[in-house]
Amino acid sequence: MIIPTSYYLVLSGVLFGLGVVAFIFKRNVIAVFMSIELMLNAVNLAFVAFARAHQQLDGLVFVFFVIVVAAAEAAVGLAIVIMLAQNRESLNVERVNLLKF
Amino acid sequence: MMMLNHMWIVLLLPILGAAINGLFGKKFPKAAVNSVAVGSVALAFAAVCELVREFWLLPAGSVPWVQSYYTWMVAGETTSHPFRINFALQLDQLSVIMLLTVSFVGLLIHIYSIGYMEHEGGYYRFFSYMNLFMFFMLTLVLGANLAVLFVGWEGVGLCSYLLIGFWFRKKSAADAGKKAFITTRLGDLFFMIGILLAFWTFGSLTYGDMFGYAAEKMQPDTLAHPGVLTWIAVLLFIGAIGKSAQLPLYVWLPDAMEGPTPVSALIHAATMVTAGVYMVARMNPIYSRAPIAMYLVAVVGGVTAFYAATIALTQTDIKKVLAYSTISQLGYMFLGCGVGAYAAGIFHLMTHAFFKGLLFLTAGSVIHAMSGEQDMTKMGGLRKKIPITYWTMLIATLAIAGIPGFAGFFSKDEILEAVKSGPHASLWLWAVGVAAAGLTSFYMFRLLFLTFFGKPRFDEHHAHVHESPLKMTIPLMILAFLSIFGGWVAAPKLAGGIDYFDRFLRPVFTRYAPAPAVPEVASASGLSPGMQLLFAVMGIPVILAVIGLLLAWWFYIKNPDAPRKLARKLHGVYVLLLNKYFVDEIYGALIVRPLLWLSTNVLWHVVDSGVIDGAVNGTAAVARESGGVTREMQSGNARSYASWVVAGAVGFTMLLLAFIGLAVR
Repeated sequence: MIIPTSYYLVLSGVLFGLGVVAFIFKRNVIAVFMSIELMLNAVNLAFVAFARAHQQLDGLVFVFFVIVVAAAEAAVGLAIVIMLAQNRESLNVERVNLLKF
Repeated sequence: MMMLNHMWIVLLLPILGAAINGLFGKKFPKAAVNSVAVGSVALAFAAVCELVREFWLLPAGSVPWVQSYYTWMVAGETTSHPFRINFALQLDQLSVIMLLTVSFVGLLIHIYSIGYMEHEGGYYRFFSYMNLFMFFMLTLVLGANLAVLFVGWEGVGLCSYLLIGFWFRKKSAADAGKKAFITTRLGDLFFMIGILLAFWTFGSLTYGDMFGYAAEKMQPDTLAHPGVLTWIAVLLFIGAIGKSAQLPLYVWLPDAMEGPTPVSALIHAATMVTAGVYMVARMNPIYSRAPIAMYLVAVVGGVTAFYAATIALTQTDIKKVLAYSTISQLGYMFLGCGVGAYAAGIFHLMTHAFFKGLLFLTAGSVIHAMSGEQDMTKMGGLRKKIPITYWTMLIATLAIAGIPGFAGFFSKDEILEAVKSGPHASLWLWAVGVAAAGLTSFYMFRLLFLTFFGKPRFDEHHAHVHESPLKMTIPLMILAFLSIFGGWVAAPKLAGGIDYFDRFLRPVFTRYAPAPAVPEVASASGLSPGMQLLFAVMGIPVILAVIGLLLAWWFYIKNPDAPRKLARKLHGVYVLLLNKYFVDEIYGALIVRPLLWLSTNVLWHVVDSGVIDGAVNGTAAVARESGGVTREMQSGNARSYASWVVAGAVGFTMLLLAFIGLAVR
């Protein structure tokens, strides 16, 4: 049985949507961070699905790039989270709003 | 031929002097400033002399001698009428006369200034400006086209402004400088339009090209059919009215007396103000083809000569009398040019430079002796105390009054004779000119008697009256010599001979003259009955001059109370003249006040504050208000930014889908 590409895309879209919603509504920095990972992986899924549908390797190569960037982002991001925790004694993103007009 | 090929040396010397004194003079001792300033003018005069000597040896065919040094401006080279102006200098008989007069009188006045300005601050500044003036004046008379002339024309105006306002801390001096600059600028506007019209008409601004074109390709204008030549002549003449202080733009010259006296002598008597006369004489081929403009020149000149003389009757400031006298004498020069006697006009220009320069310098010497007093009613009895000044001023007064034998007599009578019997004779203008001659004699002797005769009307213990030093009196004596003998070149004519001055200048005025060439003034009266007539005509101005002298003597020496009685009897006339016909007040009410009102209430409060500031402030306010609204977006909250990103992405996707849907359908 071959699973149609659209199934993967719908799943990817749902995961991405969940990531977006979580990014907007979660207050904890860690959770926001995880939602970003969720969105990235949703996109990865879409890439893989298209790569399979078109029988081309380009999408798979892109997935590796995304994974690498996500790893780097995790490293930097977690460092920022640790500094935030040390300086603010809180992980609430609502309180991180100094960079404005 | 060295100087002829390098005429620019004449111009370089004074501007070098001006630059050296202007840039470094502040640190120089006074002697160094003197040497640079007087030395540069002296060298320029020497260069002029050498130039004239070489000019004398030139064959007649190469006059006018034109040298072009570089291309100054070019525009529209690919068109059929390119606008090309060279920095070119021209030497002909007219420039020779002007060069000699300007550089020599300028040199004498520079020497005089050493003594006069000795105790003044800004010594180097004064001489720097004076040298700069010499540069521009020489440029004006040497230029071979109207554009170079215009450079000199504006440059002397600038120097005039700077030197009138030399004592700029004094408000009246600063105001007088501005008045002179603005008033002459009004004339210069028309002058510039005239230049542009001349280029449009002739396709060139070079004298030779312009006159050649007018002579060969154009019909002379007539009284009934004025054309473009008349327009050019009139527009240029309006510039001359401003520069040479004729009616109605003369008002700046009396105020210009705020400047130091050597400045009044050099700029406002001998040279700059005569630039208008020079210009008219230079453009004679145009004027001779524009009879209406000629008549205008004659009428403005004649009326100004009389008008200014009447004002001079009542003035008590010694320099103001001389200022109005200058306006009046300039009127004579224009009168001469206006009736076609250009040579007579230039002759009077030259003799006037001598005797009026001398009058101003002697007046300066009197003021110097009186420690700054200029009011003649507070002088008197100075004859014995400052004898050199007295004798030289007496000579100058005799010259300006037209007493036979002195320079002014020859030139003034030549003009009056041309007005009476020349090709464009006009009897009423002759009458006006003769009346002005009588008035001239009266007010000049009034000045002389009030200053030097009678009882001293000042505190003798307080005022330390002293004769001026030699460096001031030697220029006086040289000018006095010229005021007597400077006119004698025309003397043989009186005996039926040749007027050498007229003959020398003749080529300039006949070369491009319209069909009936200017008849030789001298030859007409060569016969003995004609000579009789000539003497008869000349008699009237002379008789009037003597009457003026006697009246002045009767009023100011015999019966010192008489002027006051007469003033009381003719109170209205006296007040009118004393206040200079209220012209300054009328101009103030008609032009200055409305302009000020317009500037304050419309241009300032409405246009500037309202429109211009409003536009600028409005732009700023729009930016601020819109920024105030949109800056709320920058909350600093990462989640709200994410929301914007999502909203944007969703919106963009929808838009894309909508387009795709449209395209598919």
